[in-house]
Amino acid sequence: MTLPEGVERRPFDGEERLATRGPPVYGEPTDGEWRAWDVRRSKLGAMIDRGMETGLTAGASVLYLGAASGTTVSHVADVAGPTYAVEFAPRPVRDLLAAAADRSNLFPLVKDARSPETYAHVVETDLDLLVQDVATRDQARVAVENARFLAEDGRLAAAIKARSEDVTRDPEDVFAEALAGIEERYEVLDTQRLDPLHDDHLAVVARPK
Amino acid sequence: MTDDVGRGWFEHGDPTSRDQRRERIDAGSAERPEDWPTKAVAAGFATDRTDYYEKLHEATIDTAREIVREQELADDHQLIHAVRAMDDCERTANELAERLAEWAPTITGEDGTGIDYARVVAERDPETPAEERVVSLARQVVALADERDALREFVERRTQSVAPNLSALAGSILAAQLIALAGGLKPLARKPSGTVQVLGAEDALFAHLRGRATSPKHGIIYTHETVRTAPAGHRGSAARALAGKLSLAARVDHYSGERKPELDADLAERMERIHAREAER
Repeated sequence: MTLPEGVERRPFDGEERLATRGPPVYGEPTDGEWRAWDVRRSKLGAMIDRGMETGLTAGASVLYLGAASGTTVSHVADVAGPTYAVEFAPRPVRDLLAAAADRSNLFPLVKDARSPETYAHVVETDLDLLVQDVATRDQARVAVENARFLAEDGRLAAAIKARSEDVTRDPEDVFAEALAGIEERYEVLDTQRLDPLHDDHLAVVARPK
Repeated sequence: MTDDVGRGWFEHGDPTSRDQRRERIDAGSAERPEDWPTKAVAAGFATDRTDYYEKLHEATIDTAREIVREQELADDHQLIHAVRAMDDCERTANELAERLAEWAPTITGEDGTGIDYARVVAERDPETPAEERVVSLARQVVALADERDALREFVERRTQSVAPNLSALAGSILAAQLIALAGGLKPLARKPSGTVQVLGAEDALFAHLRGRATSPKHGIIYTHETVRTAPAGHRGSAARALAGKLSLAARVDHYSGERKPELDADLAERMERIHAREAER
């Protein structure tokens, strides 16, 4: 299994961990320019760790939905090219700003991922990768609505959170429904449960159709 | 801003105005994305793509920082003022209602207490100078009580957006009171749960620290029904457990802002166990 260029497995305190090169953001262990990518705190990190082909490649253009405090998107920006980070809640954006200040290719946007028209005047078209990690209902709709930003051969890498749809329902049912929704607009290439790193999350990689 | 629909964020009157750039990024829109870097260079906004991305970086950071700053100013500080004003209205209304309950019966001949009584008196058509004063006072009490209700509604709505998890666990009003007692969501999030447990019981806590009393079991969280209805003898554990979960919720609200429904279930389960202890004995 090959890692994307710019992501390596390196030893930190005797443990092999994913790492990218960039200024530290959240107190993660560092080794020279390299900093550990905590796969327990990052669903995209977990996907890459599991060998999924997420579409993250060196220099790729990326739209990241649900950037939160910037933990994962900071690693993405270490590897990728222009990286647009959308987060709706102003509070975590404070930390996201700190990560973005050190990274000239990371553009923070305080926007609602359910309303792409509110950022389509800023985010460019023909992107290589759409990363989705939003904790809202109707995550499939978010993926479909944001397909407009992707290039024909772009990739969607989404972590579907069962509890955001409905805490009381069986995650399997929630995932089946979400996948059906995503397939309206995408061809699903790969899926994997992220347990035990991330309970009740389904990782999905897909390509627009 | 409908005339701006379909144009890039950089297409506006004065590209050097930071305010205008912020306004365009924050409030602008477009149906579809376009190749903005190329268009920006063609329009002379940027000399090349590198220059464009530099400008975009500066503008997006500037805009996000401003939104965060406004939000912080707006949110918990407004909430704290509103909670305190609500408590003031409540206290003052009750105090004046007591005065009214002493005074009004000497004129109207009808006894009563509280805000409800003030509402009755306020409806009267005064016939003497003394009755005029009594009725006017009653109307002030009613107005204060109405203002308290309006503030309460505002506080409930605002708390749900400032602290969604804490509101879900504590109820919006208790959540707001905890935030106000701590001086903000951030200070609340940073307090150990043992402090949260006795917030609002400072008098009792200091009496205890001076060695004059037992340690308080709970502060304002006593108003939470799981503590109030816990079997005697288990109230301390209920208060401790609740304070622990509320601290956790406050931290999630402050540091992530994301709603985590699993916190509610954790609290419910923990409280069920504590309440069940009585049955075991």
